[in-house]
Amino acid sequence: MEQKKKNSGVISDVRYACAVGATNTVVAIKGAVPIANCSPGCQLKTTAMLTFENAFQGSIAAGGGNMPSANATENDVVFGGVKTLDSLIKSTLKIYRGDLFVVLTGCTGELIGDNVPDLVRTYQEAGYPIVYANTPGFKGNNLFGHEEVVNAIIDQYVGEYKGEKQKGLVNLWFETPYYNHNWRGDYQELARILRGAGLEVNILFGPENEGVEAWKKIPKAQFNLVVSPWVGVRNAEHLQKKYGQPFLHIPEIPVGEEATSKFIRQVVEFAGIDKGPSETFIREEAKVYYYYLEHFSEFFAEYWYGMPSEFAIAADAAYALAYTKFLADQVGLIPKRVVITDNTPQKFQPAIVDYFKNNISEGVSVDVDFEVDGYEVEKMIESVDFKAGKPLILGSSWELNLANKKNALFFEVSTPSSETLVINRSHIGYRGALQLLERIYSTSVGGK
Amino acid sequence: MATDLTNSNVAVRETRIGSITGYIGTLSDLASQSQCGTLKGCSRCFSQSSTCLSLCALSQLASIRDVAIIHHGPSGCSVTGSNSYYMSKVMARKRGVTSDTVYVGTDMNEHDTIFGSTDSLRNIILETIRRYRPKAIFVSSSCATGIIGEDIDSVVEDVRSEVDVPVVAVHCEGFKSKIWATGFDISDHAVLQGIVREARKDAPKNNKVNFKNFFESARPEIIEMFKEFDLEPVFLYCNSTVEELSTMSENLATTCICGTLGNYLGNVLEEKYGVPYVRSINQCGITGFETWLRALAKATHRESQIESYIARQREIYMPKIEAVAKELRGLTAVIGMGPGYTFEVSRVLDELGIKVVWALAWHYDKKYENGDVPPSMKYLLDNGVDFETSVADQQNYEVMNILHEYQPDMYLSRHPGSTVWAIKNGTPAIYVADEYMIFGYKHTLEFANSILDTVRNRSFETNLAKRTRLPYTQWWYQQNVDKFFEETK
Repeated sequence: MEQKKKNSGVISDVRYACAVGATNTVVAIKGAVPIANCSPGCQLKTTAMLTFENAFQGSIAAGGGNMPSANATENDVVFGGVKTLDSLIKSTLKIYRGDLFVVLTGCTGELIGDNVPDLVRTYQEAGYPIVYANTPGFKGNNLFGHEEVVNAIIDQYVGEYKGEKQKGLVNLWFETPYYNHNWRGDYQELARILRGAGLEVNILFGPENEGVEAWKKIPKAQFNLVVSPWVGVRNAEHLQKKYGQPFLHIPEIPVGEEATSKFIRQVVEFAGIDKGPSETFIREEAKVYYYYLEHFSEFFAEYWYGMPSEFAIAADAAYALAYTKFLADQVGLIPKRVVITDNTPQKFQPAIVDYFKNNISEGVSVDVDFEVDGYEVEKMIESVDFKAGKPLILGSSWELNLANKKNALFFEVSTPSSETLVINRSHIGYRGALQLLERIYSTSVGGK
Repeated sequence: MATDLTNSNVAVRETRIGSITGYIGTLSDLASQSQCGTLKGCSRCFSQSSTCLSLCALSQLASIRDVAIIHHGPSGCSVTGSNSYYMSKVMARKRGVTSDTVYVGTDMNEHDTIFGSTDSLRNIILETIRRYRPKAIFVSSSCATGIIGEDIDSVVEDVRSEVDVPVVAVHCEGFKSKIWATGFDISDHAVLQGIVREARKDAPKNNKVNFKNFFESARPEIIEMFKEFDLEPVFLYCNSTVEELSTMSENLATTCICGTLGNYLGNVLEEKYGVPYVRSINQCGITGFETWLRALAKATHRESQIESYIARQREIYMPKIEAVAKELRGLTAVIGMGPGYTFEVSRVLDELGIKVVWALAWHYDKKYENGDVPPSMKYLLDNGVDFETSVADQQNYEVMNILHEYQPDMYLSRHPGSTVWAIKNGTPAIYVADEYMIFGYKHTLEFANSILDTVRNRSFETNLAKRTRLPYTQWWYQQNVDKFFEETK
């Protein structure tokens, strides 16, 4: 799907990488090796943005400095880069232990018109587990690239499937790996919740992914679950067409007990599985959740200095929605401004606008702006008139100076995050929500 | 070499000074082949992601205070902006100054690649001026704009007449060169072309020395030291002002922390404006520091002050350095850095009694702008130091192969994406990111102590390596490092 159609414009304070940055989606699959068919620095820059200046997540296996890359030269631009790519693939297959190889072609290869599909097909025909994806930066950002890579793997690696579906098995599609700095922890928390609800979860990315076998299992699943306002919907639609597999699209990442319990019930209802285990799980989780929340309430009620009551957020659609909902619906904070900065495709914008208007909390209706230009984002947040309490601003590193200027509490929830280090953290579900509260209110304590 | 400052393009290092990215052999062979003109670099039929020259060029320019960078290309090109956040915000904050430098991307899309976008580029430049009031604007190309043939020069030329700040075209197509250090030359060329003014005839005589470095972390102590010599350093480009840069042509001399970084600027300032360029090995280690100080003394006529400084400092630091060196003697090291630092740090390790078993240079300049072999290399050979050497544009698989084969006591590197894989391999690593980490007596002592700490406690690396599976096959570890080399096309 095309992203926002417009001519080049001024974009300051960049908040996403380009499509070829979806090499990181490949790195998130155990045993998969990205082959970057692009210019020499494309990957280092993307790595610096997504895995370094983004809560310093780091990389693994064939990621970062280990990534095969064509490093296109002037010679390739003039005479074509297919020969270079051919020898790159040939050598990669010898040097790397890999179960799946994914060729991602960037601007250079796409603009000079290299026939990458034909080349990769010769390797596929020879039996190598290799696929290609067209991911030039001018076609879209890394979220778009992520969806391209997923569809490429499904079509060219997973292939046809005519067998039975396994009841209770769900493919979990959730956000773009390495984009939000909590993606690993959040994916794990969602998986834990779904398992608790009695489902078998097919883990496609991150620490619990068992490798490409999980991808081979995709067509067997009873259904696909997409937890995001838009990322992954295109993949689920594709899977529906390809395997006749239904999908459940839940735009809101659940944060906190109420949202998470509701989320579980919605998924269980859709799956049509026994409600017994999920209700037991909800009861157990809620008990623990409120045990902690009740202790926290002392601070909440009696701390008298530097407490926020109104907030503004600048983030990607998924987290802007998830956090706004939790803070408004569960913590009683007032959302003053929401800016979505991930270049959400126009097709999805009306539904997101509607969600913020009617589905956040009783008596709370929020207008959202879709804006990718940092200058405008800053103006929008700067113009917020915080009337009560200490202002709270959630955003990327780019909002830090503004937050200081407005004397606001601030922490990073979106890309880039240059002042946060994340190893394993989650702010969603039952457990993560409490960590989110810790993070917000830790900014209040200590005389700030 | 005659520099053409009327053209916004600067020739890449490969063609200008015969730089290469592929070689394997020994230091002495590399030098003798360079001298007799037989050195031909190799290319590879396998490569890993390296670095874009735009990253070097535009990060350098974005570290200047209160300027605007316009990176004309898709969103991925301008993610360097997140990097330069550090430069313009954190580094400025550290020094207690403010910088309103902005890094703008143009988010080029498919429509632009078909129909071109020079009109919108023109508007973007004007809009950037309206929004941010920068003191100078650098407009850069990218791979995509290069291939579709966007004429950035004409747009810049056209806008220039309408605005009252310098607007400079910067040519950064990433495919142009595998040698990212070409980006340093590109940034120097842009500054020389658009910012530096002719020296005023009536300019008052000053005692300023242009000091090209990266992050100016040793700024206070260098100012202090220079005061003793009645000199004043002007640090470039991190936190420089446009005004400071414009008068570089009037200063007493130019020096730099790294030949790869400062060579172009130093030579052009000398050639065009007669500002002497201090050519010497760099300030790392004892010999390096003293040789550099003496070269500076000669260029600025400060011999007596500087000799007395050297004598005093030696007395304080030499016994301490010698004491640590005793404990380091016999350790082995592999180094992977830019050619500037690789051969400089090799010298320091030699001073400390550590044996370099293999040195990788990310590229190699056969000659410097003035036609000489790099001084750092000449020094090593004159002093009988030789070791196995290869030239690789940060090809990590080669580094891993070498570490696997040699099992050195330590690996030293200066670039992101390298030391991390060494520690996953179980090799203790020292990240020499701060260019002042081995500067002069004091930091040489600290450096020696850091090495000692690193090799003495290997708990993190050892534990991590036990649990980490690197992606390479056993087959690869059994091959020669140059397995994928081929004759340059």
